Amino acid sequence: MNRNLTGWLLLLPAALLLVTFTHYPALGTLYHSLFSTPKAGRAAVWVGLDNYQAMAADPVFWQSLKNNLLFALGTIPTSIALALAMALLVNGKLRGRAFLRLSYFTPTILPMIAVANIWLFFFTPGYGLLEQVTGLFGLPTHNWLGSRDTALACLIAVTIWKEAGFFMIFYLAALQSIAPVLGEAASLEGAGRWYFFRRVTFPLLMPTTLFVLVNAVINSFRLVDHIVVMTRGGPDNASQLLLYYIYDVGFKFWDTAYAAALTMVLLVILAAFALGQFVLLDRRVHYR
Amino acid sequence: MTFARAAATTLALGLALLAGIALAQPTTEITFYYPIAVGGPITRIVDGYAEQFSKEHPSIRVKPVYTGTYQESIVKALTAYRSGEPPTTAILLSTDMFTLIDEDAIVPWDELAKAADEAAWMKAFFPAFMKNSQTGGKTWGIPFQRSTIVLYWNKEIFKEAGLDPNKPPATWAEQVELAKKLTKRDASGNVTRWGVQVPSSGFPYWLFQGFTTQNDVLLMNEAGTQTHFDDPKVIEALQYWVDLSARHKVMAPGVIEWGTTPKDFFEKKTAMMWTTTGNLTNVRNNARFEFGVAMLPAGRHRGSPTGGGNFYVFKKAPAAQQQAAVKFAKWMTSPERAAQWGIDTGYVAVRPDAWQTAAMKKYVADFPAAAVARDQLQYAVAELSTHENQRVTKALNDGLQAALTGAKSPAQAMKDAQAEAERILRPYRR
Repeated sequence: MNRNLTGWLLLLPAALLLVTFTHYPALGTLYHSLFSTPKAGRAAVWVGLDNYQAMAADPVFWQSLKNNLLFALGTIPTSIALALAMALLVNGKLRGRAFLRLSYFTPTILPMIAVANIWLFFFTPGYGLLEQVTGLFGLPTHNWLGSRDTALACLIAVTIWKEAGFFMIFYLAALQSIAPVLGEAASLEGAGRWYFFRRVTFPLLMPTTLFVLVNAVINSFRLVDHIVVMTRGGPDNASQLLLYYIYDVGFKFWDTAYAAALTMVLLVILAAFALGQFVLLDRRVHYR
Repeated sequence: MTFARAAATTLALGLALLAGIALAQPTTEITFYYPIAVGGPITRIVDGYAEQFSKEHPSIRVKPVYTGTYQESIVKALTAYRSGEPPTTAILLSTDMFTLIDEDAIVPWDELAKAADEAAWMKAFFPAFMKNSQTGGKTWGIPFQRSTIVLYWNKEIFKEAGLDPNKPPATWAEQVELAKKLTKRDASGNVTRWGVQVPSSGFPYWLFQGFTTQNDVLLMNEAGTQTHFDDPKVIEALQYWVDLSARHKVMAPGVIEWGTTPKDFFEKKTAMMWTTTGNLTNVRNNARFEFGVAMLPAGRHRGSPTGGGNFYVFKKAPAAQQQAAVKFAKWMTSPERAAQWGIDTGYVAVRPDAWQTAAMKKYVADFPAAAVARDQLQYAVAELSTHENQRVTKALNDGLQAALTGAKSPAQAMKDAQAEAERILRPYRR
């Protein structure tokens, strides 16, 4: 009995935090998504699935969902591959290693809003950094953020730049924890570097890869700071992402019920991704 | 021992002091939310005003709270209102009027400012600024930091292109004609400098209102329940805007970023730009060449929308605080202060008598460009504002960007935007 009580008490702080900041808001969102938005003089009324039906008929929702999937596809594999490559590079014996590590990690330390403002000028047509480079090759000037074809790609580039350094830290930590005897044994056996990486290093890094992957997926739905500065979802929704649209609906249109319904969709997508990753990949991950 | 005694004495003294203050002045404290939308040491200026006001009115204490951008400010104000603790007064976009009315969050000024001098004060502003502040026969906002769109031009480039540097385009036709001469291409045909630049990111509807007003058409009715996006004159105005890049090739194609437009102008990547009068001080400080400021070119006539922020008073605040807010707003918009605020920021001083003050007269004599926005006010219309304002505005913005990026024809884009606006506004016509 007493032991039981101690157990529950130990659990209490964590449980309390989880319930207050995770479970209660999620259930509250679900609840509000089934009602109409309260307005002055009109209290919220039960509307059932009306908000979800409206969503199915909302072209901007579908556009932002499609954009978000493209955004995820564009950012996740590239940033993880880059992170791994950079970690391998700075893990080796190298002149100025500390400096290199720092410079890879710098994007993570910088506040996103400030960074987005700098990138805004990188992409500026005519005299932006990017245009100065393409100008050297005599390429015509292009309105990167102002055209429907390239706006989203520009945001993807900024995100990769931002994320890769962050993920590198995890890979670097994991690489350092791999026992050097494995490398020595492999070289005695005459294994090549690529073979060693493929059969030893990479499998040992799998737990880290899984962790990074989950984070990358979440981030691809969560990172919207740079949109606020760089495109505000434009031109004509070409760079609209789900979370930014939720912000638009919730805090610009003040349609809180519809925003709640959109949030539920985002929650379900993220939960499905996380669950899928843990269930499918966990079997293939080798934990020590 | 001695420490404890000292602490006790200090505490007792402090309490006595506090009690003394409380007894001496039964003060009304009001909270005042304000946003910042232009460069400069604005927080210092506003906090200074609040302090000075409190000094002159010992019974009122103003607590100024800087609340970020306009967008962040309305989010904070409405969230605070919903939780039952609204600010007493706030400066929010003039276009937020319908949103605030629909949320039942604000009180009309006519119900508060009933004294004779206060009634006179409410009539002291430029009529153009009141168009966005009144609906249904009531005044919901008091103009404070207001702006309009003007044309800036680079006199050096005009000279270089063999044009009269003191003659900006006065009509749509001249704007195209001059811009053609000002656009510069290199040997391989790539543009190195554009003739004119009208930004279209973020809030293209506001700049578009320049074109529509010049084409003699309004985008919405005064009640904020009906839009006219598919009016032939609106489509014609959009066609002109699109043609600047698509047909005449004097403006960069695609959506042009609002934030980098002044920089483009400083870097001589564009010879002329449309932007807010709020950028006047910025341009004056950063342009390393002679520049001019003019009214926007005329279509059927001159025209520009107004923009910027108004004072609002919130419901749920105690009556004494609301009365104090009236005194504060009246003090903040007195002729001398309106003039000083305009000089410090570039906003248009909101009342005619502010332009008659000695400080403003001296400023205009040194820098005549400052008076252009005032002179343009006679042609100004209210900024687009309806019920469900930001949603309707987004429908128009999306349509404008679709047309400017070539995804839709102007007629199709405006037809779609109007259909969406109809869907949103229908419930408000009952």
